[in-house]
Amino acid sequence: MEITSTLFTAKAIYVGVIFAITLGVAAYSTYFERIIAAFMQDRVGPDRAGPFGILQPLADAVKMFMKEDFIPSQSSKWLFIVAPCLSMLTALMTSAVVPFGDKLDLGGDVFLDLQGIDVNIGILWVFGIVSLGVYGILIGGWASNNKYSLLGAIRAASQNISYELAMGLSIIAILMLSGSLSTKTIVETQQNGHWNILYQPLGFVIFIVCAFAECNRTPFDLPECETELIGGYHTEYSSMKLGFYLFSEYINMFISGAVMATLYFGGYDYPGYEFVLDKFGMNIAALLGVGALIGKALIFVFIFMWVRWTLPRFRYDQLMGLGWTGLIPLSMFNVVLTGATMLFTVNGEGSNWMTVLLSWAGVAVMLVVTAFYSQSQYKKKKLATA
Amino acid sequence: MKLSNKTKVLEQGEMTFAERIYLPAIVGGMGTTLKHFFSKKVTIRYPEQKRYLGPVFRGHHILKRDEQGAERCTACGLCAVACPAEAISMVADERKKGEEHLYREEKYASVYEINMLRCIFCGLCEEACPKQAIYLQHDKMVPVFEDRSEVIFGKDKLVEKMDNRYLREGWK
Repeated sequence: MEITSTLFTAKAIYVGVIFAITLGVAAYSTYFERIIAAFMQDRVGPDRAGPFGILQPLADAVKMFMKEDFIPSQSSKWLFIVAPCLSMLTALMTSAVVPFGDKLDLGGDVFLDLQGIDVNIGILWVFGIVSLGVYGILIGGWASNNKYSLLGAIRAASQNISYELAMGLSIIAILMLSGSLSTKTIVETQQNGHWNILYQPLGFVIFIVCAFAECNRTPFDLPECETELIGGYHTEYSSMKLGFYLFSEYINMFISGAVMATLYFGGYDYPGYEFVLDKFGMNIAALLGVGALIGKALIFVFIFMWVRWTLPRFRYDQLMGLGWTGLIPLSMFNVVLTGATMLFTVNGEGSNWMTVLLSWAGVAVMLVVTAFYSQSQYKKKKLATA
Repeated sequence: MKLSNKTKVLEQGEMTFAERIYLPAIVGGMGTTLKHFFSKKVTIRYPEQKRYLGPVFRGHHILKRDEQGAERCTACGLCAVACPAEAISMVADERKKGEEHLYREEKYASVYEINMLRCIFCGLCEEACPKQAIYLQHDKMVPVFEDRSEVIFGKDKLVEKMDNRYLREGWK
């Protein structure tokens, strides 16, 4: 009884801390997005609120709350209010299965897993919640009773469904490697530097592209394409309801960064883990692991922003073409390639380097073959037209 | 008709394989933005940092004194006539005995006022002045005013201070 209650308190504190970190990161993402945008355009960005402008998120929040909270008269009022909350809820729920660290020793044989819930369907949970996230956008667009909002919502829905397929297929290769859906197990199989990125270069590229699409970030931010749709699904939103939508986008970015780190970059693994474990004990090692995971996730957040301020947006047919005719066949090939490498190295002892070599060689061969094929097709077409 | 040899005919052919998988171009583009990320910023943080606006910028007006510190203005009113916005007004007065060190000519402006809301900073007063008394400073702007009672600048704000003389580029 005593143990359970300590564990319960510890878990509650852990959940609170993760919640706070997620919100804090999301709030400061808005600031860093503007700073990074500015730097990439040779400007300095917001620098008025506090030193270096670090109080900017606070000022933005105050602004958001002070604005008029407008609800269009012809909208479905309750759905209109529920939609941004749903967006926020689903964004926050995803982090439950991300293992932020190893175990913490609380003394008296009580060990706290630094993970919300270790369900055996971990990664499927992420997928389920992410697909639910579309509802936030879809309901918001529908309830606004506005053509542009609805168009944006429909775009979001079809885009997310299209890219979820390729994402799921790229995950299958990970599952083949680790043999489990549990995110904890996936991370544990990657300890000591056996990061999945070494075995899954193609899978990672597919996953990150899909993650961009799932988060509605440039170059796939068609649901809020200003040039065509005014503001997309949040055209009619104002005040903190709009704030929730924008906020949930940044939370999604952070969480998808954490998921990518978990799946492909060893989760809370970091170089020198054994050394720290020996010298400073389990707790320090685990906490450093938390830092490592958050650091990796933040690097991904930076990449998200970097890409946003580099690339223009896709056209809608290009987006669909890339998803259905590009990424899905590629991810299927990736599954076959992973299977092949596993088959070839199944009897080899110390076959890790062999697996790495084969995975990269497979991708290279695929690229060369496709290049030659497309070149020959190109020549044929040219002959036909000439 | 060909006017120059600078025309370049662009032929938009089918994309090559490298172009069609997007990634090389994306990586190249990200390289470009990263280069800018670390490059020098062009922003000038205005109220703290001010930029040199050139020797011909027309800013805050000044009523010059001569080398002995006497006011040059003789209240002829030509600046007021030249002013297209009718921002300048003045009251002339006669110099008394013993005031020679204060006013250069026998007549001077006892009141000289510029309405800064009307002024358009065209510099015609400066051109009209036969005594080289009024100038628009190139390095000083009219300060922000927050109330209508502050917009008429009198002699206290316009006459040159002897410890802080105005020198334009090219003057000795």
